[in-house]
Parts: sequence; C-alpha cells; structure tokens
Amino acid sequence: MLRYAIKRIGYAVVTLLIVVTITFFLMRSIPGDPLSHRAQALPEQTRANYYAKYGYDKPLFTQYTMYMKNFLRGDLGESILYPGRSVSQTIAKTSPISGAIGGIALVIGFGIGITLGIIAALNKNRWPDYLVMFIAILGTTVPVFVLAALLQYFVAVKLHWLPSSGGGQTRHAIMPIMVLCLGPIASFARYLKASMLDTLSQDYILTAQAKGLSRRAVILKHVLRNSMLPIVTILAGRIVGVFTGSFLVERMFGIPGVGFYFVNSVTNKDYSMILGTTVFFAALFVFAQLAVDFVYVLVDPRIRITPESR
Amino acid sequence: MNEEISKDLFQIIGPEDSEAEKIARPRISYFKDAWRRFKENKIAIVALIVLAVLVFMVIFGPAISGYKFEEIDPSQRNEGPSARHWFGTDKLGRDLFARVWQGGRVSIIIGLVGALVSSFVGSIYGGISGYFGGRVDDIMMRIVEVLISVPYLIVVILLTVVLDSKSMFTLLLAMTITGWCGIARIVRGQVLQVKSQEFVMAAQALGVRPWKIILHHIIPNVLSVIIVAITFDVPGYIFGEAFLGFLGIGIQPPNTSWGVLASAAQSMYAFYPYQLFIPSLMIALTMLCFTLLGDGLRDALDPRLRK
Repeated sequence: MLRYAIKRIGYAVVTLLIVVTITFFLMRSIPGDPLSHRAQALPEQTRANYYAKYGYDKPLFTQYTMYMKNFLRGDLGESILYPGRSVSQTIAKTSPISGAIGGIALVIGFGIGITLGIIAALNKNRWPDYLVMFIAILGTTVPVFVLAALLQYFVAVKLHWLPSSGGGQTRHAIMPIMVLCLGPIASFARYLKASMLDTLSQDYILTAQAKGLSRRAVILKHVLRNSMLPIVTILAGRIVGVFTGSFLVERMFGIPGVGFYFVNSVTNKDYSMILGTTVFFAALFVFAQLAVDFVYVLVDPRIRITPESR
Repeated sequence: MNEEISKDLFQIIGPEDSEAEKIARPRISYFKDAWRRFKENKIAIVALIVLAVLVFMVIFGPAISGYKFEEIDPSQRNEGPSARHWFGTDKLGRDLFARVWQGGRVSIIIGLVGALVSSFVGSIYGGISGYFGGRVDDIMMRIVEVLISVPYLIVVILLTVVLDSKSMFTLLLAMTITGWCGIARIVRGQVLQVKSQEFVMAAQALGVRPWKIILHHIIPNVLSVIIVAITFDVPGYIFGEAFLGFLGIGIQPPNTSWGVLASAAQSMYAFYPYQLFIPSLMIALTMLCFTLLGDGLRDALDPRLRK
C-alpha cells in the first residue's frame, strides 16, 4: 500500500510539472510577447524597465527556471492587467467564493441525485423511473447558461423574488447554486441508477434475500454500499467542476469568484493570470484524481494492491 | 395384443442429407439487425427526425427568410417576431430567422466535424495502444493521462488565446487537440477486451491471418462503440462552441453561431427575451436530440443489450 501510494503521488507530481511546463511554453509562444501591446506607447527606457519587471528581458530558459522556482514556492507571478496584484493572492482570495458556491451546489446535487437514483432503480420501468430519467437527460443537455438565463428571466425579472446578479449576500447565491446543482443531480442520478441495477442482479443480493434479510437492510447494507463505488469516480470530476463549471455562472450572476477572474483575464489578455489560474486548476484536478484513487482502494475490497499487480 | 410392426410400414420423409446444412432464413447483417432494433425505439426515431429537420433548416433556412444574415436595417431594430421577421430582429435590425440558421451551420458543423476528427484520431491511437499492449500501451496511456489532467475547457480557452485567432478552424483545433483522449481510452479498453475473447482465439486457432482478424472481428466489435461515442461527443462540441461564444471568445462577427447569438442577446434579455430564447432553444434541442439518438444507437448496436 505504501509503495503504491508513493508511486501514485510521484506520478501526480510529475504530471503536474509537465503540465506547468507545457502551459508555460504555450503562453510564451504567443506571437509577439505578452507585454508588447501594452508597452508600445512607452519610451525606450520605461519599456526596458517594464520588461525587466516581469523578467521578460532574460532568455526564455532562464525565465522558465525562474518560474518553476517561484512555482514551487507557491508564487505564480504578478498580474499584467493589475500591476502589483499577485496572481497567487488573487486566486487565494477568489477561489473560496467559487469553492463555497460550487461546494454547496455539489453537496445538494449529490444528495438529490443519489435520492433520485435510488428511487429510479427501485421503480424500474414505472413512472418515477421515467420522471427521474427525464430530469437527468434535461440536466445533461440543457446548457448552464440557458438555465441561468431562464431562471434570471422568470425568477428575477418577472417575479422579483431574487436579485438577478451580485455577490455577498445569501440571496445572491441561491440562483447560482440552483443552476450549478442540476448537472450533479443529473449525472449522480443516472450513474447510481445504472450501478444499482447492476448490483441488484448480483448473486450476493440473492443470497442476502435468501437468508431472510429485510428489504430495507438488503438495500441499505448491500445494494447501496456496492453501488456507490462508481459514484466516487464521478465525484472526482465534479470536484474540479466546482471551480471550472462556474465560469459562466459566475460571469452571468456577477460573482467575484476565480472563474470570473479567469474569464476576465482571458478577455483582457492578462497572460500571467491565465497561466497561474491554469496551473491552479490543473493542480486541483491532478490531486482530486489522486484522492479518488486512494478512496477507491479504501472503499473497494476487490481492489487490493498485490505486489505483482502494481 | 402384441401386434407385429413391420419395417415397410414406415417411410422416410426427410430431411434429405443435402438439406441438413441449409440456412432456413436469409442472413441478417449486423447493421440490418441493429437498424431493426433501432426502429423499435420511438424516442430515438423522433430525435432523428427532429435532427433531420434542424439540418434541413440550417442548410436552407437562411435562403427561406428572404433576408441576408448580415444585412443591417436601422429602421427595424429589436422588432419582435412577426410575419415579416419570423424570429424578430436584433439590435442592428438584422433578421434573426436568417441569423439563427446561419449560426446553426457553424454550431452543427463544429459539433459534427469535431466529433468525427477526435474520434478518428482517438480510435487510431486507442486501437494501436490496445492492440500492441505492453510497453507501448503503458507509454501511450501515460501520455493521455497527462493530457487529460488539465480540465478540458481550460485547454480550449488556453489554445484560443495562444493561437490568437477566432476562426472556425482554430476553434475546432482547440477543441479536438485533447478531445480525442476520451475516445482513445474507450477504444483501447474495447480492443483489449475483444482481443482476449474466445472467438478471436478460435479464429487464431483456425489459422486466420492477423489482418483478417482485425478486419472481421476487432473492427466490427469496436465500431459500434465508436459510433455511439461520436453521437455522444457531438453535443459536447456544440456545448463547447456555445460556451466559448457565450464568453465572447468564440466565433467573431460578422459570422455567428448559436452561442454567439445567445451571448449577444444576454445583456438585454429582460426586454427582448425572444432573442435569447430562440438560439438557446436550438442549442438545447440539438444537444437533447443527439443524446437521445446516442442512447438509441447504444441500445441498438450493443449485442449484449439484446433482450
């Protein structure tokens, strides 16, 4: 187990370093350089100072080693659009906002999705099943911005129940959370239903019923536990979705989260911010996946690491 | 009571030896069989018909409207849907009926081409990886792991920034550059599974040549998975394009797409909701139909789901 853990962590770290490297050189390969269109109007000396400030006067490889050194210390450089603002601090300040809204949406979506999945699986081919599957298909096919626009139009503009955008108060967060939790509801319901149906047809369920366990006990202790395994995998993807899935929602509802700043930096060509945020998202993704691998080993007794099977 | 039964009371009425091996019914090919099962699925058929109508309108719609999609008419700004402008006009007085179908061209082409390109690349990559196995497989799959360790939409956004152009080609390139990884994984898994099955072993034992095994056993068994994956990928690409368009980093004017139309309408949706709802409806409808079609195809093409 320990060897496996070290190996997986090693892979994750290497993956992350590769991603950072690729992203760094991608950003530096942009025609011209990130500062050129801002520095055009500056006098010669000022421009040289400006370039020196961001380290762009040095050769590319030196820039890379500098960036990597700073990266390992958690420093992602300085914003080009807002001089003086550090990228790491901006991420540290804005990501909790995204994390809170996305996290609540994920928890709610998980709860509702699991409940709907169970209902659908236990009522296979009857109306509750069809209803749940209808919701699930809608949830996966209606784009978030369509849903957000519909909610804004009817709830905020027509009914005046909630403010259409803004941040800071609880009521500002209700609609974004509603929009963000539909995706998780749909995918959790769909996958849990499929997984439960699969489990229900297993022999050990028949055994459990044959030895006289109540239906409740069979479902809670045997079916549900075994069906939750694939859900763990989806949860991993969704954890990152907490931050990335909110690009549009944050923009539409005017929430000052990390997704909002990322999109903002893209439209304003703030390259150091784009690079920093990408690295942040990649790190999040890699480590979420790592966590899932470990949880999987802990949860699933069928996956036991034996010396020969890595 | 014991009556003697002589042999000549019996008469041989068949079957003739020559007919013992005769096939009673005409052979049904795999795809005919799949089509037969697909036809039973009413939801999938409806989705297919709706898609056919959408494709028809996307091809001929801009011509039907009688207006050019980029034609500006200052006297007709923000008109609601009427007999003259079936979907109304936008803030520059452009006919939305023409614009919606013109935008649909871009959206649907990106969806189809993106899914086809990525599944083509992904199938070859996954096929090689799965067929050769061992070291090759290890290295190839590790590369895929690195590529998908950056969230997909971030890669797309990053590439549109790096390529610094917003043409349809750039968008397609950005979306397919890591988009093939998912299909590569699926195909690899399927090839690995098929390769180890008894009918492949039987074919090998009978001395069938490797290329014939690939052609007759592995490809048909993987093909259904690829077709289904393509169908499920199309809505992903349509959404990706709409997402970028909505953020303002997609297709640029004068050309348009459903995402761009929805984005343009978003600032004024409280006053002119139809400008937002029509393109949004098209996006949702197309994605829904492709998903339902994919469900139907999966049920029809997978022999293991046969009842």
